[in-house]
Amino acid sequence: MLKGRVFKFGDGISTDHIIPGRFAHLRSNLPELAKHVLEDADPAFAAKVKPGDFIATGSNFGLGSSREHAPLIIKMAGVSAILAKSVARIFFRNAINLGLPVLICDTDRIKDGDELEVDLAAGTVKDITNGNQFTFAKIPEVMLHILDDGGLIPYIKKRGGFRL
Amino acid sequence: MGKTLAEKILSQKSGSEAKSGSIVIAKVDLVFVQDTTGPLMVRQFQASGFEHLANPQKTILFIDHAAPSPNYELSGDHVLLRNFAQQTGSIISDVGEGVCHQIVAESWAKPGDVIIGADSHTVTAGALGAFATGMGSTDVAIALALGETWLRVPESIKIVVSGNFPDGVYAKDLILHLIGQIGADGATYKALEFGGDTVDSMSMPQRLTIANMVVEAGAKAGLFAADKTTQDYLASQGRGNHYQSIFPDADASYEQTIKINVANLEPVVAKPHTVDNTAPVREVKGTKIQQVVIGTCTNGNLEDLAVTANILKGKKRHPETRLIVAPASRQTMLNAIQAGYIQTLIEAEAVILPPGCGPCLGLHQGVLADGESCLSTSNRNFKGRMGSAKAFIYLGSPATAAATALTGEITDPREVI
Repeated sequence: MLKGRVFKFGDGISTDHIIPGRFAHLRSNLPELAKHVLEDADPAFAAKVKPGDFIATGSNFGLGSSREHAPLIIKMAGVSAILAKSVARIFFRNAINLGLPVLICDTDRIKDGDELEVDLAAGTVKDITNGNQFTFAKIPEVMLHILDDGGLIPYIKKRGGFRL
Repeated sequence: MGKTLAEKILSQKSGSEAKSGSIVIAKVDLVFVQDTTGPLMVRQFQASGFEHLANPQKTILFIDHAAPSPNYELSGDHVLLRNFAQQTGSIISDVGEGVCHQIVAESWAKPGDVIIGADSHTVTAGALGAFATGMGSTDVAIALALGETWLRVPESIKIVVSGNFPDGVYAKDLILHLIGQIGADGATYKALEFGGDTVDSMSMPQRLTIANMVVEAGAKAGLFAADKTTQDYLASQGRGNHYQSIFPDADASYEQTIKINVANLEPVVAKPHTVDNTAPVREVKGTKIQQVVIGTCTNGNLEDLAVTANILKGKKRHPETRLIVAPASRQTMLNAIQAGYIQTLIEAEAVILPPGCGPCLGLHQGVLADGESCLSTSNRNFKGRMGSAKAFIYLGSPATAAATALTGEITDPREVI
């Protein structure tokens, strides 16, 4: 069971909002890079976020670049899961490969600052602040196994290759 | 039931019946990274415990996004990539050779290939009938170790294009128009498959421009049949033996069909800060522009430089508008020099950059200040993309860009051609 506070963002948060190209020189210095996470969407986010917190967002989260540094520094910030109405394809795959859950559900009724409980196994989200309860869309089985193993590297180490 | 292009290629490469919606493990023919995604790929490869690449001579490390390096941190990343290439026997495409997607088209992609790149615009090679898609560094690290990856076979949307392009209207206007119509997530997880009379007669550079931008509608791949144009292009690159024809089956099943008649199109721009925020150029006519950029993996090929040079010949840029041109590859630059385009552009007071990604991603070579506006032929106008988060980026065709450079404000190219 995951438990934490929500940071709410709107639709179309791109990988440039999450970590723009002007910080590309910090990509081999992840602690420094992580200080700029989501800076162009909310300059105070990096200072406010605490381990276990959630990001809730509208449609097409993570559109744009294939830069895996985007989900990587969100994970480094301690975010335990991203809840979105929809997510861009490459970002989705990258997040799961790093063991960061991305859950597709209706986020309209989730407000900034709400306290949530997420049960990954049961597929449910409970908004403790207002009592609302949601289910999230089923994740394809291969991605579920990658997530269960803690990401693609541990998955491959354990299984030796892709298993469908 | 017949197969779409996506189903056809993925069936062949997975050795299974790849129907849309199913998940397959497919052999990959080419794997690549670039200098902003490569270092993380190297670290993930090392963390995975693998030592050897499945196919080192089909693994390429491109140094193009920050080439030559603008700072010592990125120089260190470049050293890491060069060392990895030497240790694994893979190929390095170093400073000055050009943008990965242009070089993949010129020298590597073949019809029927599965191509995986740690760059979202890997989709560009779909112009040659390859199933090419972008992934992150970890996926690519595993793909280059195993020689295969898992893929969900996408549903396909058929785009049927008819009519003749009016003067001043190009493939770039068509793809911007389409993205504006279906939206930035209109094709998420899906393949866009292009066909119709206009596509049949479209040059390879125009097809590359269209395939390049399908990811801006969320698509996983943008596919063109491999036809006579593909055959001629490969032959012109000395790769005629790499050709095989690939067409979708006549009875293939598409999720949706969208018809576009380009005879009705006019020049289009994407306004700040999303690619689907499109409008006819005339609607933003007169917007002051401080920097014009012509080049990138979208519009940095010889045809684009020809269009630009024809508009700028014998003229000069507006004194308050910087004009930056980056040919997409060394081959493009050499051909542009031989054709006289580069001299024309320099006489028009353009700055010519070395082949590479140029200022597209805000790293160097033309970073925007607070409040500045740029008209670029690239593929993204997200907030903060080219420098300041308080700058404004408009996307358009090379003709619109060249016309804008002349007047200093967004200009419909039909007014100057």
